[in-house]
Amino acid sequence: MRKLKLFALPYILWMVVFTVLPMFLIVYYAFTNAPGNSAPTLEHFFKAIDPMYMKILLRSIWIAFLCTALCLLLGYPVAFLLARARNGAVWSLFFILPMWMNFLLRTYAWMSILENTGILNSLFVAMGLGQMELLYNENAVILGMVYNFLPFMILPIYTNLQKQDVSLLEAAQDLGCNGWRVFTRVTLPLSMPGVVSGITMVFMPAVTTFAISRLLSGGKFMLFGDIIEQQYLSTGNWNVGSMLSLIMLAIILLSMGLMGRFGSDTKDGGGML
Amino acid sequence: MRRNHKALHLISRLYMVAVLVFLYAPILVMMVLSFNEGKSRGNFTGFSLKWYGELFQNAEIMQALSNTLIIAVISSLVATVVGTFAAYGISQMNRRSQGLVMNISYLPVINPDIVTGVSLMLLFIFMRMNLGFATMLISHIVFNIPYVILSVMPRIKQMDRHLLEAAMDLGLPPLRAFLKVVLPDIMPGVISGMIMAFTLSIDDFVISFFTTSGVQNLSIYIYSSARRGIEPTVYAIMTLMFVTVVSLLLLINRKSLGRTVAKRTRI
Amino acid sequence: MKKKVSLVLALVLLLALCVPLLTGCGEQQTVLNVYNWGEYIDKDILTQFTEETGIKIVYSTFTSNEEMYAKLKAGGGNYDVIFPSDYMIERMAKQDMLHPLNYDNIPNITHIMPSLRNKAYDPGDVYSVPYMWGTVGILYNTSMVDEPVDSWDILWDEKYAQNIFMYDSSRDCFMPAMIKLGYSLNERSDEALQEATDLLIQQRPLVLGYALDDIQDKMVAGEAALALVYSGYVVGAVEENPDLAYAIPKEGSNVWFDAVAIPKSSKNYEAAEKFIDFLCRPDIALANVREIGYSTPNQSAFDQLTPEEQNNPVCYPSEEELARCDVYVDLGEYNEKYDDAFLRVKGN
Repeated sequence: MRKLKLFALPYILWMVVFTVLPMFLIVYYAFTNAPGNSAPTLEHFFKAIDPMYMKILLRSIWIAFLCTALCLLLGYPVAFLLARARNGAVWSLFFILPMWMNFLLRTYAWMSILENTGILNSLFVAMGLGQMELLYNENAVILGMVYNFLPFMILPIYTNLQKQDVSLLEAAQDLGCNGWRVFTRVTLPLSMPGVVSGITMVFMPAVTTFAISRLLSGGKFMLFGDIIEQQYLSTGNWNVGSMLSLIMLAIILLSMGLMGRFGSDTKDGGGML
Repeated sequence: MRRNHKALHLISRLYMVAVLVFLYAPILVMMVLSFNEGKSRGNFTGFSLKWYGELFQNAEIMQALSNTLIIAVISSLVATVVGTFAAYGISQMNRRSQGLVMNISYLPVINPDIVTGVSLMLLFIFMRMNLGFATMLISHIVFNIPYVILSVMPRIKQMDRHLLEAAMDLGLPPLRAFLKVVLPDIMPGVISGMIMAFTLSIDDFVISFFTTSGVQNLSIYIYSSARRGIEPTVYAIMTLMFVTVVSLLLLINRKSLGRTVAKRTRI
Repeated sequence: MKKKVSLVLALVLLLALCVPLLTGCGEQQTVLNVYNWGEYIDKDILTQFTEETGIKIVYSTFTSNEEMYAKLKAGGGNYDVIFPSDYMIERMAKQDMLHPLNYDNIPNITHIMPSLRNKAYDPGDVYSVPYMWGTVGILYNTSMVDEPVDSWDILWDEKYAQNIFMYDSSRDCFMPAMIKLGYSLNERSDEALQEATDLLIQQRPLVLGYALDDIQDKMVAGEAALALVYSGYVVGAVEENPDLAYAIPKEGSNVWFDAVAIPKSSKNYEAAEKFIDFLCRPDIALANVREIGYSTPNQSAFDQLTPEEQNNPVCYPSEEELARCDVYVDLGEYNEKYDDAFLRVKGN
């Protein structure tokens, strides 16, 4: 059995070179004034824990949490129905296909839909409902995030549900469980690994989203990803940028670890600390 | 009882349609804009095919498209193979090393793209590799693998642990046993992992930008032309891409899809 | 056995890693790596250059000065010709990232307008030749604004609450505030920055959005009445929506340059200079400005424009308007303070 572990060997090598080494570079930048000065320093840490940054970090985590919850609520039924459909595999493709169109163009298209002079508002005005502010606020950002991450929730849950043994469900039904009870007692618990995967794939990148927030809130609603991007590009301070990113990594991995501990059986989660 | 079923069936149908409308609304907008006579997204001045004509004279955009597709295909394939084996290998580790490896794997997922992009660029420069096609490809594989692992892992967890052991007891060498017994079982996870990897690769801008030079993909082309206002030619190329993919999908599955529509949800 | 399999796989991977190292050094023909903004050149010019000189061009694009700088700073990419803006030229020159031009190889420099040469960002034009230029001003919708637009004050007018777009960059947003307060747009004192920050915070409720490249489309759609923009956006926008007009406020504003330069890391200084010279040739400069639609710094090309084009006040403002405009100077370390202040303006 031990030898099966070796299946992971090529990846482990790859990971050391292309994930761990770059990580060391980030740590190096975060604790020195590299490039140029390699003396260790904590000044970037003190700059990074500026209350303004931390407030934005907390907000980003909250928004990512909201986005994940919404994706789960919206996506689970889709995955469920797909798994019951014949040719669900093909249909599931249609749920990710929109993501193959360029992100910037998709986001611009959302702006066309949501703008004050946009498609929806023109409809509202034509129906006599009057104009509503759909863009330039937090809700637009959440909408944009749910839009972009939804497929990453649907797919893993679908793959998992689709594998479930139908005879198990029938057995439960034969034993007198109604549809809902079969779902809560059998289907849902069995689909937890898929759900956990989906949550991971949505929550983690969602915390560091950038650009969506800037474009859809009209630059009025910054997320942590925007701050890090700004440090790297506009301010040009890679050291503080690296430090911010490290702090965020630590917080996410910790919170994922906690979630794994309190949530479902940790064994299913893969590797939550 | 039957009435109930029918209502449920209808509701679930409506729900699927609603989600699809949500997902496709912006795509529809893009398609409409590709036929816009004017250049601005701001108003539709009239129907025109001129952007499609310009598209085929634009060698730069065609080159960018081909780079995008080649990198997406190769990187998702490589990531799928490596990631699938890795996921299985990891699942056989003890809990502690499993946790460690998985947490490291998450790094490219959590790190903002700019951090991943810049750190990979620094790594490539440090390794004295010339930035270009190869480095961009490697970077795409880097951020694709975790998604494959995350997608395959739940299927492996779901699998009967003793299946492979049984096969090996029967004398199959591990690789054959894996391919014969495990792989078919986890295939849906593998495929969805590959699709996700492809999706991420085709859409990436920031990491590509920092890990290439001279060679560009469609995202770099589109983002860098944004300052001068998006040319509707890029809407045209997206529309063509979309129509091609959808018709291929429909063509391949013509027969089976016809039946699905009729018969959907149970339970 | 199983070990072997994994080893083989690992080896294959390692081999795959080595391939780029081998292929990295293939071609020998002179290749010029040109790095420009997207859609900022007439592509036929590139073909023509190769035909005339036999020098092959590898052309790629960047999205912002900062991204280009970040990449070059780290040593990524072997670019030979780049197109940074004024303040970026100054920053790169300070950091010894640019190659001093040899004007013996750029005889066509004589066509560049003397008034646009020798600017503060690059005294003596040591490192750069102007490529395109323009101003920053207010783009407004005449169907929504009745009064004449001639002052920055209008961006603080309550009448236009939720009807104003600002540009999403700290430098450009602070520029009108600093000028309104009577400071230089290159101001570097904490008190001035504080006052300007307060002024922008006061303006924030009136602002519909701090947008970037999409301002152009939004203004065409009539999304807002007023917007702070680069003049480069204006010509295209007015073409799409004739209600739009542009004004450079009387208090003064920013005049900007995008210029051509050669990074120190280039290995083809001479070929790069040849390319810069080619860009300064009147026929080429003319073709280029016709395609792009910004303002050309090339006198001979300008002379060949139609009177109508020459008299377009958006592209070629009057001498006296220009006299009120200043170039951005690189703020160096102080840049960070602007960014933090801007974050405080936007953050809620």
